[in-house]
Order: sequence, then C-alpha cells, then structure tokens
Amino acid sequence: MTTSHEPEKIPVTVLTGYLGAGKTTLLNRILSEPHGKRYAVVVNEFGEIGIDNELIVGADEEVFEMNNGCICCTVRGDLIRIIEGLMKRKGRFDAIIVETTGLADPAPVAQTFFVDEDVREAARLDAVVTVADAKWLAQRLRDAPEAKNQIAFADVIIINKTDLVSAAELREVEARIRAINPYAALHRAKKCDVPIADVLERRAFDLDRILDIEPDFLVAGDHDHDHEHDDGHHHHGLKHYHDEDMQSVAIRLEGDVDPAKFMPWINRVTQEQGLNILRCKGIVAMKGDPKRFVFQGVHMMLDGDSQREWKPDEKRESKVVFIGRDLAEEDIRNGFLACAA
Amino acid sequence: MTDARATGSLTQHARLFEAGAHVVAAAFVGGAPMLALADGAVLIGEPEDQKRVDVHPGAAILTAISDGKMLLTGGDDGRVVAIQADGAPQEIADEKGRWIDALAMRGKAYAWSAGKQVRARDETGTVKTWSAPSTARGLAFQPKGYRLAATHYNGATLWFPKVEGVPQTLEWKGAHLDAAFSPDGRFLVTSMQENALHGWRLADSRNMRMTGYPAKTRSLSWSHDGQWLATSGADAAVVWPFKDKDGPMGKAPRECGVREARVTRVAFHPKALVVATGYADGVILLCRLADAAEIPVRDPGGGPVSALSWDATGARLLFGLETGAAGVLNLPA
Repeated sequence: MTTSHEPEKIPVTVLTGYLGAGKTTLLNRILSEPHGKRYAVVVNEFGEIGIDNELIVGADEEVFEMNNGCICCTVRGDLIRIIEGLMKRKGRFDAIIVETTGLADPAPVAQTFFVDEDVREAARLDAVVTVADAKWLAQRLRDAPEAKNQIAFADVIIINKTDLVSAAELREVEARIRAINPYAALHRAKKCDVPIADVLERRAFDLDRILDIEPDFLVAGDHDHDHEHDDGHHHHGLKHYHDEDMQSVAIRLEGDVDPAKFMPWINRVTQEQGLNILRCKGIVAMKGDPKRFVFQGVHMMLDGDSQREWKPDEKRESKVVFIGRDLAEEDIRNGFLACAA
Repeated sequence: MTDARATGSLTQHARLFEAGAHVVAAAFVGGAPMLALADGAVLIGEPEDQKRVDVHPGAAILTAISDGKMLLTGGDDGRVVAIQADGAPQEIADEKGRWIDALAMRGKAYAWSAGKQVRARDETGTVKTWSAPSTARGLAFQPKGYRLAATHYNGATLWFPKVEGVPQTLEWKGAHLDAAFSPDGRFLVTSMQENALHGWRLADSRNMRMTGYPAKTRSLSWSHDGQWLATSGADAAVVWPFKDKDGPMGKAPRECGVREARVTRVAFHPKALVVATGYADGVILLCRLADAAEIPVRDPGGGPVSALSWDATGARLLFGLETGAAGVLNLPA
C-alpha cells in the first residue's frame, strides 16, 4: 500500500481515557480476541491485565523536557527506552499499544513519536484512542482539564457504558465531544464492545475519512453503523455546543498548494501557535507532486510524508485540520488559503 | 569505495558468519568469541565450532558487558546472568520480569538497574539497593574504590553501596543515558537524549558539554592510554581529547572515518590509537587517529553494526549487526 522504501514501521496505538472510563476493559478485549495479531502492550499497572502475554511491559510515565529550547516539547523517557528494548524483539509482535494513566496528558506520549529519532525510525503513531465514560464525561470536561485534552487529542473516541445513560444523555455527551473534537471517529459501546478494527491500525483510513467530513455535519451526531439505540435519526433535537476554550479549524482548498509557500507557513503556524495547537493533520496536493503529502502534528512537532499517488478519478484538493485552545482561526484560515499554487 | 588514504583492506581476513539474531554485544571471554543475542542466547566459540547457550530462554538480552573474563547479560526476563568462558551460566539476580536496563562490572562486583532500582553486589555477594529519582539508564563503576555512577533524568549520581548516607548527585538538565568513567577516574562522561555528551570533572564537578552530534551517542570507548574518548552518533567517529587537566574543554574533537553513514559503534584498539568504527550501513573500518588512515574490515550491507569488540591483545576484532550478520577479523601478523 505504501510507496515508501523504508522498512515498515511498527504501528503504535495510544490508549487514553479518564480514570474509570474503561481503558483496561478495552485492552483486555483487544488481547483476548482471536484476531491473529500479536501486540506488545505498555501498561502502567501490572496485574490489571487479565491476559497472559509475554510482551506486557510496565511503564513509569516519566515525562522529560527536551533541552531544545521548545517549552512544550516533552517526551516519555520510559517509552523511548521501552521501544528501544522492544525493537530487539522485532518480528515477535505486529503492533504496540501504549496505555496511559487516567490523569495523563497525551501530548508527551504522542510527541515521543515525533521527537526521538530512534523511536521515529522504528515506530509510527497510528492513532490516539480515547475511552470516554458516557455517564461522567460531561462532568469531567468541566472539572478535569486532562479529560478535555484526551478528547481533543483523540483520533478515535469510544463512548463507553452507553447502557448506563438515556438516549438524551448520550446525545448530550456526543455533542459535548463534538464541540471539542469534531473529527475523531466516534463509536458507542457497552463494556468497550467495539470491533477491534475500529480501534487499531487506523492510519490512512481515518485521515481520509476524518477530513472528508464537514464539521457542521458531524455536530448533528454519530454516523456509525452501530445504532442499536433508539434515535434512528440523527438530525433533530441535537444541541450544537461551542466549547469555551477548545476549538477546531478545518480548511479545504481546491486544487494544488505551492510547497514553497505551504512548508514555511505550516512551520510558522506550529511554531507560533504550537502551545495552543494540540493536534493538526492534513492531506495536501503539492503542485507537481503525483503523491499525496500527509502530515500530522502535536503542539510544535510536525511529521509529514509523501504517501500514495493521487488516483486518476480523485479530485486534487488539500484539507487541513487544527484542534486547540484559543486558536487564531482567521489567521490560520487565510494563511492556508494563501498557499494556493 | 576507494580512498587515497586507505592503506589496503582487511576484508579478506574477516571470517563472516550468521549469528541468527540481532547482536546486542560482542566480547572475547577467556580468548573465545562471545556474542550476546536479542533472542536470549549467547553464541560462543570460533565460527566453525560454535555453541549456543540459551541464557535467557524465551526472553531477549537487552544489554551485555564483559571484562574479558566473563560476560554479563541483562534480559527482559529481569535476570542478570554471568557466563564464563566455558559457557556455564550463573544467575546473578532475578528482578521478576522487570527489564534490566543497565549493567556494570568490576572484578567480581556487579551492578544492574531495573527501572529506578539500582543494585550493587560486592565480591562477597552482598546486594545493596539505591533508588534513583528516575529510571537509571546507565551504570559504571569508578575505576578505583567500590563506587557506582548511575545516570538518570537531570544528572548522574555517585553512590558508595557500602556507605550509608545520601549519594552525591551531579546535576545537569536533561535525560542522561550511558555512563563511562575515564580510565584514570578523573572524568565521568554520559551520553544524553539531546544528541550530546555531558562530562563532569570529578575533582570539582565542573561541567563539560560535548555537542554537535546529529544523532544520539550510544557507544563510547576510551583509548588504552586513557587520553581519548571515541564516540558514535555522527558520520564519523568523534574522538575527544582527555589528556589535559581540563579534558576536552575548549578543544575540538578529532574526526576519523568520515563517511556518508552514521557511526553506530566504536571500539578503541587495546594497544594502539586505532578505532574500530561500525556504521549504520554495515561497514566497519579501522581508523588510525594519528593520520586518519582507514582500513576496511567489512563491506556495506546487512544493516547497522551493533557490536564491536577487540580481544585483550588487539589481534582479533569480533563484530555483529542488528540483522544477525557477524564476523571475526584476525589481523595478519
């Protein structure tokens, strides 16, 4: 699928979620299902995992500041060490899952995959998966900044314990989530009973899907196929929230982008607004490049790569998304549109 | 590759073989070649007469060191094992599945770390424990006295395992990885997460910054006379002068074996100022410090060089790659 000449990097799924949301339940499900994949799992608490797996590694969540003059540049030191060690077992597992503690900020763990050259060479961040408690999330979003960060960071959000709330409460919590992060793939679950394929190995699929969805459309509700709930239709009676401090900006540009304008712009935006930008990602049609340029970022860290070729029947257009606090929306929008070739 | 400075080639004198797994470390133990492998085994003996000893069954060897009399391995099974020249393994410690991150040895004294726990075992078998402020990534015994250096986040700590009281911490912001004392014990050098080395002159804890690396330094080797420190992490072996009382302060390092490939391992010859230099593309060169003359030992291919070791006399060089390729060079007399 990929046109890269590099050896295939190990995909890493980062599992976040506030205390008690159901991360361990999900992890146990992933490990016990007969999917034929072998996972190395990095956990914080040994013993919570009820499955025997020789590749369960205990972590210490050691967050290190990098001495590189970038104040938001923190990494997980223990994770760098663990991935270095796991690479000695290369070939004995297919993917890595990193569980974070309920109070953890997802930024250091995500940034580890951008900042550390050795980790970057060996592994790639596949997706940040956040488990949210249907009953308690709305309250946590009010009183726990960690919970909001975890939602904002997510590529995939599992709204768990939906059986404990009414249909109205569920719509409420979904609207709250969408107000913060309109682009994550949203799944409803009881006891984290989502298909594993919706959680792991998401890469290109999610990026395409996410960027194809208009945020306003998304606010109207979840469009996944697992509607065993009542509502049947998604478009009425839903509130459209604006989170007080977390926004997202999505911009689409028809046609090509000039790389000589885009590269300096994206670097400048992430340098200047990196403290406020939690995540950014995009697919860009670079002028003269037959391949799609795909990037993602965390705070000031950016990672981009030429991906597959544009298909003959595919419209060449560029789409970027930013999620963060107090974003200078107009500035970002105009800046990107000015990159048109 | 032809090079005007090259004084011939030794590739014909290297016997190549397949080790079967990522080579974590190489050593001559009692004169016999030994390779510590990531599949948990140690490969012992000459290429035509090798035996595999399953030292960490079902596990991976994460780190291994040797003093020429013994090989000490640390695994992700939490075990520390000493292997004699005859291949007999002796378990030194079992940390119950916690990864062994670092090892040090001097004589019959051993040290290992698993996460924040640093343990030292003296000649009599008495084990003492010190808890580091964060994971101890590197350990080194001071050349004299029973004193251990452990690296961690924001510095390194010097610990006398037999002495009660608070150990001395040398502070420097950032995450410190591997540790090495100069042979005369005057300097402690650490490699860092930020593609730099840090050093302390122990007499006055004076700091030394050694920067400019494009990648992390994960291999450090002192010259036999203790006056030079060869390091990996650049597109050449970077060799710092430690002769003067200020060490490398204010001095530029020498570079030898400049190529368009990252140096991954370095090993100073035990008797001459020659550095065996292994690269990410599988090449191994011998580089003479005096005139930067280079002699090829291994041709490109097969992945990064991950282990290099001279025998005690400097007549033989053992090497291994991440892909399991390996070989032993016999220098022509």
